[in-house]
Amino acid sequence: MRLKIPTNFRIIRLPCTGKIDIIHILRAFEKGADGLYVVGCMEGDCHFNEGNFRARKRVEQAARVLDLIGVGGERVKMYNLSSGEGPLFAQYSIEMVNKIKELGPSPIRLARQRMSKKADAA
Amino acid sequence: MIIAEKKPIEEIIQEVKDFDRILILGCNECVTVCEAGGKKEVEVLASVLRMYFMAQGQEKTIGERTLERQCDHEYLEEIRNIIDDYDAVVSLACGVGVQFAAEKYLTMPLLPGVNTVCLGANEDRGLWTERCQACGTCVLARTGGICPVSRCAKRVLNGPCGGSTNGKCEISKDTDCAWQLIIDRLKALDKMDDYEKVAPVKDWSTDRAGGPRTVTREDVKI
Repeated sequence: MRLKIPTNFRIIRLPCTGKIDIIHILRAFEKGADGLYVVGCMEGDCHFNEGNFRARKRVEQAARVLDLIGVGGERVKMYNLSSGEGPLFAQYSIEMVNKIKELGPSPIRLARQRMSKKADAA
Repeated sequence: MIIAEKKPIEEIIQEVKDFDRILILGCNECVTVCEAGGKKEVEVLASVLRMYFMAQGQEKTIGERTLERQCDHEYLEEIRNIIDDYDAVVSLACGVGVQFAAEKYLTMPLLPGVNTVCLGANEDRGLWTERCQACGTCVLARTGGICPVSRCAKRVLNGPCGGSTNGKCEISKDTDCAWQLIIDRLKALDKMDDYEKVAPVKDWSTDRAGGPRTVTREDVKI
């Protein structure tokens, strides 16, 4: 299809979105990610019946925690699409990247930068 | 098993905010099974605290460790060589583990990371319900294996009270009347004769009324 998608996000492949856990999402933010989105199969189409429902719950859980600690729950999102929907995948990636750009860098990334500058100065 | 639930993150943050080096200490037993204080919950809490304090511009050391049990000396001894690296410990074990760790490490602040709820069973995914109150004198033999002490709000021992309607308790329409369950089970067991027997006065001295309880077994002592 040769669709254009933003280059500033990294794809991490999972056997099923049901594999994702809240700790994976939190670790991404801890390491300085500005945003994260999970793309699962269409609801009702999961090969393992409820993998994508589990993923959605975990994404919601992570969003609540991120809201609570001041990182911002809107930085994580769950999308659903089928494997034949390449253009929609591209659209979602553009949508998410634009949203994150609007929100600006994550407070964790900024804190990390401040800390490493302090360490360099010392 | 012992059922616990995670304390709200805000409460834990308040508890630990004045310490710089914090150890999150999980337990591999009951709290792991009820998903409140096992290795996974330790990882999540540590990550959340690290991020929270980082965003606040505070540099804190948050360590993670999960012990096989926190209610046995030998496992708690495993942290003796690292405990001095920390200013406080948040224990995700039940109240027993928190207290036992506190007894062992006298000068270390031990903070609970979970609320210990009850002795219960995993009825369904994400649902844990009380089954025992550790009253110390089990009556299950004559109540069809259903406990009127833990499952009846009034702990009545001779049949349902007037608040039992359509098999439900007056405290909530979602709460089964324990005595209705007992009668149904006794019927199924063809043991309704047991129901007619008046229960003797229960010895509540083995319950909390007798103060903290101890079990001493000379046969297993070394």
